[in-house]
Amino acid sequence: MTETMKQAPTPSFLEYQGRFKGIFAWIFSTDHKRIGLLYLYSMLVFFSIAATLGLMMKLELIAPGRTIMGAQTYNSFFTLHGITMIFLIVVPGLPAVFGNFFLPIMIGAKDVAFPKLNLFSWWIYIAGAFIALSSQFLGDGAPDTGWTFYAPYSFRTGTNMLPAVTGAFVLGFSSIVTGLNFIVTIHRLRAPGMKWMKMPLFPWALYGTAWIQVLATPIVGITLLMVVLERTLQIGFFDPSLGGDPILYQHLFWIYSHPAVYIMILPAMGVISEIIPTFARKTIFGYTAIVVSTLAIAFVGYFVWGHHMFTSGMSGVALYTFSILTFLVAIPSAIKIFNWVATLHKASIDLQTPFLWAFCFLFVFMIGGLSGMVLGALSANVHLHDTAFVVAHFHYIVFGGTGFAFFGALHYWFPKMFGRMYDKSWANIGLAIFFTGFNTLYLPMFYLGITGMPRRYYDYVERFHGPNIVSSMGAMLMITGLIIVITNLVRSARHGAKAEKDPWKGKTLEWTVDSPPSLENFEEIPIVTQDPYDYE
Amino acid sequence: MENGQHAHIVKYKTFVVVLIVLLVFTFSSVGITQIDLGVYSVTAALIFAVLKSILVLMYFMHLKFDKKVYALMTAGIILLLMIVILVTFLDYLYR
Repeated sequence: MTETMKQAPTPSFLEYQGRFKGIFAWIFSTDHKRIGLLYLYSMLVFFSIAATLGLMMKLELIAPGRTIMGAQTYNSFFTLHGITMIFLIVVPGLPAVFGNFFLPIMIGAKDVAFPKLNLFSWWIYIAGAFIALSSQFLGDGAPDTGWTFYAPYSFRTGTNMLPAVTGAFVLGFSSIVTGLNFIVTIHRLRAPGMKWMKMPLFPWALYGTAWIQVLATPIVGITLLMVVLERTLQIGFFDPSLGGDPILYQHLFWIYSHPAVYIMILPAMGVISEIIPTFARKTIFGYTAIVVSTLAIAFVGYFVWGHHMFTSGMSGVALYTFSILTFLVAIPSAIKIFNWVATLHKASIDLQTPFLWAFCFLFVFMIGGLSGMVLGALSANVHLHDTAFVVAHFHYIVFGGTGFAFFGALHYWFPKMFGRMYDKSWANIGLAIFFTGFNTLYLPMFYLGITGMPRRYYDYVERFHGPNIVSSMGAMLMITGLIIVITNLVRSARHGAKAEKDPWKGKTLEWTVDSPPSLENFEEIPIVTQDPYDYE
Repeated sequence: MENGQHAHIVKYKTFVVVLIVLLVFTFSSVGITQIDLGVYSVTAALIFAVLKSILVLMYFMHLKFDKKVYALMTAGIILLLMIVILVTFLDYLYR
């Protein structure tokens, strides 16, 4: 009888029986994988709410005039849609779910550096979410400022602003704590032999992201606190009637919120850098260039916030400077795109579902990025600012970039996370419908914006009717695709075929552990001798 | 130097001295507001704030006794903040 036959198999983290039972075994677990799944399930709930609000807004816009809601309801819907999508889903999204689950495994560690702090960050996240969402039900009506809480309206509106702003403030702490945890984990817990330039690209992306989380988030925290003080004590930071400067609010808000775009997109780029070499069966082209471009995006991304304020009345010098810097930040993003495409050149590509998501990511992210170049040009921005063009642009970046990468990551790592495979046919059908719906929804908005349709209005003039019908139909199609994708995954998590250890023939460390992994990931800490994408 | 095993490398007397200096700077930053320095009043307040921050970073946060890489990282972050402020003032100075 062999040694392995004598020993009972190590239980997976899903089966492991700790001190607590039932739901308490999850909400009090310090295991990084369970915390990653806690974030996933929480986000699924919040995403359902925010996506429903988005769909209802598109239904309102299917015809001019009032269709299913009035102006005030529409205003509160786009505010809650934005707050939920940005602060509860896209900013924490990939780092909190896949970073928590896979960062320690990919660098050969048993957990993050501070497991209790990790659980604490999820609790802060949930507390912040409840505070923010309570704004809908308490006080004098749901907030109607949009997710940016622009001054002076945010302290003059009679709606229930304080919980929304306080919720966003609290959520910032969750982001900071997670970022800090990841920085320390990457510095201190890499497996022996995993030098910096042997580290996979997803952990590299998380590293760049974590620095932004730690350094930029406190700025928005203080800014939102200043809004609270302005509203309650009338101090005069931003109120012009008290000697304040409303443009200062915009500076402070975007000093965080533009780097926050990179908090959203850098991990997405990390995911794509994992998926492409796995399914191209090739070493990634330009590993060093991708690493350097990740850090360059994280750094230069701090100095481009002013492009959100081109029509605010900033000085000419500031306008030119921000415009130039905006064009500069496109360079490292383009480096990544070229490297991914070069990796695919002459590769034996395996067209599995995660690769298809990554491929769609390249398409939609390119549209988002190139439309960003249009908005970065001062002369064009003056015409397009606050039109539907901007809405289309950032949905192509945020939803098209982060969203496609999120679902790509989910399909890529699903067998590892749940130990089961999903139905590939339904997954591909869902993706095809989602992709078609996505483009049908957002492409007409570029046209609408160029022809002058402003954003954030529940109504429009008759000449915008046609493209709006197409866009609203696209929303319904996209939601249909989304339902198919999510239903397939939820069903497969219980009933899918058992997954192998390495179903995609990947080379990074997560494919060397069981599916799903055991509590401590590795029986013994691995010694790394090879490059992460060694397919030669 | 690893794993915080140098936690008591600094004498308590040093901490007390730093604390007293910090208190002196705090009272000085309040006291200097009694003198009319015109446009330089903010500069004066900032100088005291910077001096206090340096003391806290060096002694209470152990940068003086830790590996130089931590001091470099901190300096990098301060540099980043300074550039952000500088870029912000491209608006205010030329508006």
